[in-house]
Amino acid sequence: MDWGWIGRNLDQMWSQALEHAALSTLPIVIGFLISVPLGYWASRSTAARSILFVLGNIVYTIPAIALIVFVPVTLGLAVLDPRNLVVALTLYAIALMVRAASDAFAAVPHDVTGSATAVGFSGIQRFFAVDLPLAGPVLLAGVRVVSVSTVSLVSVGALTGIDNLGMLFTDAFRNDNFPEAVAGIVAVLIIAAVFDIVLSLIGRLLMPWNRRSPSRVLRPTVAI
Amino acid sequence: MESTIPQPSAETDGGHMTFVDALAWIFTASHWFGDPGRSTSPAIFQRLIETLQLCGVSVLIACVIAVPLGILIGHSGRGRTAAILVSNVARALPTLGLLSILILLIAVNAVPVVVVLVILGIPPMLAGVYAGFESVNRDTIDAARATGFREWQIITRIEIPLSAGLLVGGLRSTALQIVATSTVAAYFLPIGLGAYLANGIASRDDVQLVAGAILVTALCLLVDGVLAIVQRLVAPRGSSRGATDSATPKNRSRGVRRPTRGSHPIQEGMQS
Repeated sequence: MDWGWIGRNLDQMWSQALEHAALSTLPIVIGFLISVPLGYWASRSTAARSILFVLGNIVYTIPAIALIVFVPVTLGLAVLDPRNLVVALTLYAIALMVRAASDAFAAVPHDVTGSATAVGFSGIQRFFAVDLPLAGPVLLAGVRVVSVSTVSLVSVGALTGIDNLGMLFTDAFRNDNFPEAVAGIVAVLIIAAVFDIVLSLIGRLLMPWNRRSPSRVLRPTVAI
Repeated sequence: MESTIPQPSAETDGGHMTFVDALAWIFTASHWFGDPGRSTSPAIFQRLIETLQLCGVSVLIACVIAVPLGILIGHSGRGRTAAILVSNVARALPTLGLLSILILLIAVNAVPVVVVLVILGIPPMLAGVYAGFESVNRDTIDAARATGFREWQIITRIEIPLSAGLLVGGLRSTALQIVATSTVAAYFLPIGLGAYLANGIASRDDVQLVAGAILVTALCLLVDGVLAIVQRLVAPRGSSRGATDSATPKNRSRGVRRPTRGSHPIQEGMQS
């Protein structure tokens, strides 16, 4: 086994890692921005919740590789276009995140929101000043789950020729190069860890109150 | 999907044609049972059987490992943190990477594929079992113990029946995870319906590619739908029924809840 391969190809891996990070960032950010209003809507309307959850479930049921194929056929893009991957992963992110966001907003105590309204907050003011900060910790937990699964899923894009760390896996298989596959897994795990650390740092910056009393904050244990 | 919005672009038109062509391809009888005259590639029916065998074996092994482990964790309440940690790491592992590593280590055959499917199939089942057990009202268990139930009787006659909905919910997630992953595995080993996707990509055959995507999606939706119905049927009234809405959403923390917090029995399923 030629472990030296890793040292000789660090440049190529670095550029693929950057590509991988970029392809992961877009779905996480866009997915979050779309999911927060949708989740808020779902937390306030039973009908919206049913529709969004059923749609989310259907999207989540479609295998990644099939979704990556459906996007270009539906939008009229080329099969190899990296935008396919971004759109497909954004759909997954929304499917996961809307549920978390809906739970987050539903968990904001009604007496608190009621008091805010009584004190004279308008709807939009209340959303940004009361609902959003109080839902913050649960939203953060949701984004972290989305982040980990998105970083891992980006590699599937390599099957349709979209350049990222996933290419290391297909190349390793083609060239019978075991160290390359190991390097790829380690690199993907490192990116996932870096993203997770960045997200929790952002959480600490935006929600300093959350750090002092973590036990009192409503934190859902997110498993699978 | 907004595919129905008419656009004058030729590319969009091509996209629509591919969907139609792919459906036409799927609904061609010779593609289902093979053309005795020229056998270019295995027919849909044979590939479907391959997928069902591959995934069936993997689901079975995953359950054999995950169910006893989940019962142990759920009944004793110990080891839950470790289980969540392992599940999260498994989620972070790229499927493609795991497949390539194990295939290079073992051999280019079904064995490493089954190993990967089992590895990825265990966490959802495990989570379903211990979440189900934890959803059982602690008072009910204490009452049973006080009445003289032995521990294994509590497991088989109280905890399993009452958490049946969530147990099937776990099975549902596991089955979906495994079927979805098996389509990716076809890139390395052309078996099952995923092989149409792999072939379609390799030979730039858009019709076969889209037809394969439609077939695997249909299979996943079918598996999900059937198990969703089973989930509703097995759950006793008023107990954990999976996706049913509960009145207090703060208790619905994506399927897992600490046993110490409250005793509201309604819980949502694992499959999001």
